[in-house]
Amino acid sequence: MAVDFAALQATVRERFAEQVLDWTEFRRQACLHLRRERVVDVMRFLRDDASTRFAMLSDVTAIDLLKHPEADKWPERFAVVYQLYSLEHNARLQVKAYVPEVPCETPSVTELWSAANWGEREVYDMYGIRFTGHPDLRRILMPDTYEGYPLRKDYPLKGRGERDNFPKYTEIPEEGRGGRA
Amino acid sequence: MSTVPTPNIQRIAPNASKAVAQNLAMNLGPSHPACHGTLRFKIEVRGEEIVECDPEIGFLHTGMEKLGEYRSYNQYVAVTDRMNYLSSLNNNIGYMIACEELMGIEVPPRAQCLRVIMAELSRLADHVVSVGLQGMDLGAFSAMLWTFVEREKLYDIFEAVTGARMTTSWTRVGGLFRDVPDNFTEMVSAFLDKFPKIIVDIETMFSSNRIFKDRTVNIGTVTAEQATRYGLTGPLLRACGVPYDVRRARPYSGYEELEFDIPIRYEGDVYARYLVRLEEMRQSVRIIRQALDKLPSGPVNVDDHKVTLPSKDQVYQDMESLIHHFKIVMPGHGITPPVGEIYSCTEAPNGELGFYLVSDGTGLPYRVRVRPPSFYNHQTMPLQVKGRLISDAVSILASMNVIAGELDR
Repeated sequence: MAVDFAALQATVRERFAEQVLDWTEFRRQACLHLRRERVVDVMRFLRDDASTRFAMLSDVTAIDLLKHPEADKWPERFAVVYQLYSLEHNARLQVKAYVPEVPCETPSVTELWSAANWGEREVYDMYGIRFTGHPDLRRILMPDTYEGYPLRKDYPLKGRGERDNFPKYTEIPEEGRGGRA
Repeated sequence: MSTVPTPNIQRIAPNASKAVAQNLAMNLGPSHPACHGTLRFKIEVRGEEIVECDPEIGFLHTGMEKLGEYRSYNQYVAVTDRMNYLSSLNNNIGYMIACEELMGIEVPPRAQCLRVIMAELSRLADHVVSVGLQGMDLGAFSAMLWTFVEREKLYDIFEAVTGARMTTSWTRVGGLFRDVPDNFTEMVSAFLDKFPKIIVDIETMFSSNRIFKDRTVNIGTVTAEQATRYGLTGPLLRACGVPYDVRRARPYSGYEELEFDIPIRYEGDVYARYLVRLEEMRQSVRIIRQALDKLPSGPVNVDDHKVTLPSKDQVYQDMESLIHHFKIVMPGHGITPPVGEIYSCTEAPNGELGFYLVSDGTGLPYRVRVRPPSFYNHQTMPLQVKGRLISDAVSILASMNVIAGELDR
């Protein structure tokens, strides 16, 4: 049995009226657009309700709408994108939560899906979006000392010269000589 | 029963009990033969028991998602090769299916069938090496050598078809970059006739081997509930008793017309993953045979020269084809999907490989997100190794088949 997306849209719009921004479909893929404040409540409903049961979080990522042609349509600069999958109903749903540039933060869904842990860390690493309530929000792919968020649209492809300014050892430190570190 | 008396540990090492009581911080990796690629774990051990584990990744981070925003849809296929270098064909195919879904085009039946055959051959190459390396990590070196021989035979086929062994870059938007050679069917059938022997050989070597079983059974057990909560996919998920396979759940490229089973085990341990991989190889052979039997003739590219290059004959002889050719290869023109976005997933050997593409209507994607199966699989490492021995960590890591290129992108 499949998820009845028309009914789901009506239910979500009714239960979380002030949270739902829009519901779009492109190439038969449904996408629910949300305000970020109560994203955990909406997600909990989607995960636990018998008609949906999105038990699996396939992916968490984000998108920077800074240069997107339809950026005016959406309220904020960033959108965190969740891909939900329901094993029971074999259905997929995409959920977007919009996050402003200041304050760049949104609630974490790690309490619902453990999978979100690394996914959200990567979003933080690449976009600088902080997830409140995340148990271990550190950079994951870039070095801990890195400044800047590489996947933002105002970050240049070739970086800002970080490659040339990595700390290097030009000579062996004095106390390092003689075989002892 | 052993008749050798137990040595008095106090006499040999008087401080042994004190040393054991202390926790010790240790480094596993990043450059260690058991840490496939560049994986690092900061572990805390008590004696030889792991009490804390913090995987550190990113050593191979290459900025592939950022690069995707500066490469056209066809150019990016070369980058997908470099993500999972054990199964680059699956990545090529998964990426192109995402592009085609974004553009709303359907590739011709021959191209679809060839994609299925090559994807399954690539799955064989990945699984056979993954099982062989699992053996090697546990000390059985010969099985690894046997499996590499088989993989080399597969790479011969890949080389004949794509021109390269590993960096295949075989697919294009709307089809393939060229048709397969004339002797393709014979080549693959000849390979398939001999291949099942290696599965039997591996089974004879490992399946009831005492040493292998001691180090795999009940090691790294993950329950079905944990697996779904952590977003595990692929053989790891199916070893936990969850029958989720993208080929069945969301069929693509004509998988819905082929008969195959989804192997399931319920134990969720390293041994179960090994058994699932073996059975999946058998099913892949079955799929390839069926696909070879019904391989249709016809073109391998969509007959729409806004998307695919016209043939060289046409380009040399008529004006319109020349214009099409230029339009596709020139920067700023090329293949332009409508404004929109798509999340498309396929079953790669390690699990669900997803591509989330956002188009702004130009020739370059606005955002390319790869959902690598290894990333979400690797996340469960602390869960699996806590309370186990260091040697178990090696066994667990080998069973997950994490590819650093895909993990760090």
